[in-house]
Amino acid sequence: MIAPQTRAAPSPARLLTSKSFRGRAQITIATVVVVLGAIVILVPFVWMLSTSLKADGEVFLIPMRWIPRQLRFENYALATTAIPFWGYAVNTVYITLLVLIGSVGSSALVAYAFARLRARARDLLFVILLSRLMLPGEVTLVSTYLTFRYLGWIDTYNPLIVPHWFGSAFFIFLLRQFFMTLPIELDDAAKIDGCGYFGIFARIILPLSKPALATVAIFSFFETWNAFQGPLIYLNTMEKYTLSVGLTFFHDQYTGTPWNQMMAASLLTMLPCLVVFFFGQRTFIQGAVLTGIKG
Amino acid sequence: MLDASRTPAPKARRGPMARREELAFYLFASPWLIGFVLWTAGPMIGSLLLSLTSYDIITPPQFSGLDNYARMLASDPLVWQSLKVTAFYAAGAVPLQLVGSLLLALLMNQRIPAVAGFRTIYYMPSVIAGVPVALLWMWIFNPEFGIVNEALAALGVDGPQWLFSETWVVPAFVVMSVWTIGSPMVIYLAGLQGIPTHLYEAAEIDGAGPWAKFAHVTMPMISPIIFFNTVMQIIVSFQIFTPAYVMTRGGPNNASLFVGLYLYQNAFRYFQMGYAAALAWLVFVIIMALTLIVIRTSPLWVYYEGGGGR
Repeated sequence: MIAPQTRAAPSPARLLTSKSFRGRAQITIATVVVVLGAIVILVPFVWMLSTSLKADGEVFLIPMRWIPRQLRFENYALATTAIPFWGYAVNTVYITLLVLIGSVGSSALVAYAFARLRARARDLLFVILLSRLMLPGEVTLVSTYLTFRYLGWIDTYNPLIVPHWFGSAFFIFLLRQFFMTLPIELDDAAKIDGCGYFGIFARIILPLSKPALATVAIFSFFETWNAFQGPLIYLNTMEKYTLSVGLTFFHDQYTGTPWNQMMAASLLTMLPCLVVFFFGQRTFIQGAVLTGIKG
Repeated sequence: MLDASRTPAPKARRGPMARREELAFYLFASPWLIGFVLWTAGPMIGSLLLSLTSYDIITPPQFSGLDNYARMLASDPLVWQSLKVTAFYAAGAVPLQLVGSLLLALLMNQRIPAVAGFRTIYYMPSVIAGVPVALLWMWIFNPEFGIVNEALAALGVDGPQWLFSETWVVPAFVVMSVWTIGSPMVIYLAGLQGIPTHLYEAAEIDGAGPWAKFAHVTMPMISPIIFFNTVMQIIVSFQIFTPAYVMTRGGPNNASLFVGLYLYQNAFRYFQMGYAAALAWLVFVIIMALTLIVIRTSPLWVYYEGGGGR
């Protein structure tokens, strides 16, 4: 009979310093910290939801209660009639969609040029494009405003939309980084089959770049939806306001802010961004990461 | 990093094919090229000229030489106040975001369960910037009924007046900025996940402990991302406008008069277009100077694979 190999039971001290134990302890501690952090991140959302469903007086209750005594969904109806909420929503959707289509389309075209077509000035132009990323918007704010004023575009949506149709440096950069990862042999094969540059772009590059295009589209959506300074400066007529500008009315009245309605309207305004984020997050976060890693 | 090497460099011999390709380049790039002239280069020149004038929109601009710059630097205390406020905010928000998001990413990289779910939660606040967020935080910082002071009270601390306090208003904005920590965090996280495991294995064979692995593998490998995040955070923090406009209008007593807000007020409330343009150039110079400092010092601490500085 072969004696079973005696394996000394690990002493407690050894166990504590053993690799697997340390590994597991490390994971546990990390998890606890990450969970606590996530709760801190989520609390403002919960607090907003809770406030939005409270009765007027309950908002100012001390100590506060998380769950309202009675869920007042009518706050949402009140909030959306206190300001012309749905009208502003329509304006915002209109601007957001037109910006999205224009900026994604143009940026893709330009990105294709930078990723695939050779020109002597290309690298120089690309450096200019990158430095544009670092230019603070303030520098051009005033003179751009005066240009639009000269064009008679104040109080129209043009200043908020048209500049985006020329592509955005950030989107061009992001798409170029993605296009560069596609094998150039595809282009060559298409060329042999008689495809022109636009054919390669439309039939090869674009269909293969859906994740990158989606990322850029989502970025554009968030950016325009949340934009504030532009609409604030360019829109004068109340009916033309976007949600961002309209929401400030809740606060402007200094005679007591209706916090519950304000939170209801804010939550409704955030909702499309959160929904888009949840559905597109896998692609989106990967794309968002691409800028930082490759940049 | 930015490898322009994937497509071959332009050849010395330029046949008709090359010329056709060059033409196609300019055609495809034309939206941005035209847009750059119209919305960047043109307005920059315009803004430079404008900064040399006195212009109230109603009467034609008057050339005033460097008067705006002189006034800005010598006789407008609010310029210094706004720069002080902005610098104070940046000095708090940038390091806090950079270090906080890196630590968080390191924790998330410890093979914890449901990483994707946590990543989503942490990223959430970053997708809802703007007015609704500002309004929410106004309520959160409400001295009497806000959740921050409620939590402090539970700990036995009498919370400050936050947005109504000259001392606490900028720290309140810094705290708020930490909420969007998820966006630099996911970039770090992807960077960490992209570090090849063989580097760690090699370090282990050489007898490296956890700290040595962090210092000699992790940090060098993600230093380009730290660099990228630093530059981006500096630029973003100097441009803060919406929260200040919505939450405090620069108050109390100009304690949160961020430079972006002061610029806006000069342009669109006092209609001093020339002065606002000059102010914009001051902001531009400051941001460029800070960015240059980061870039200049980067060879000391940023490691690029493939060796050698670029």
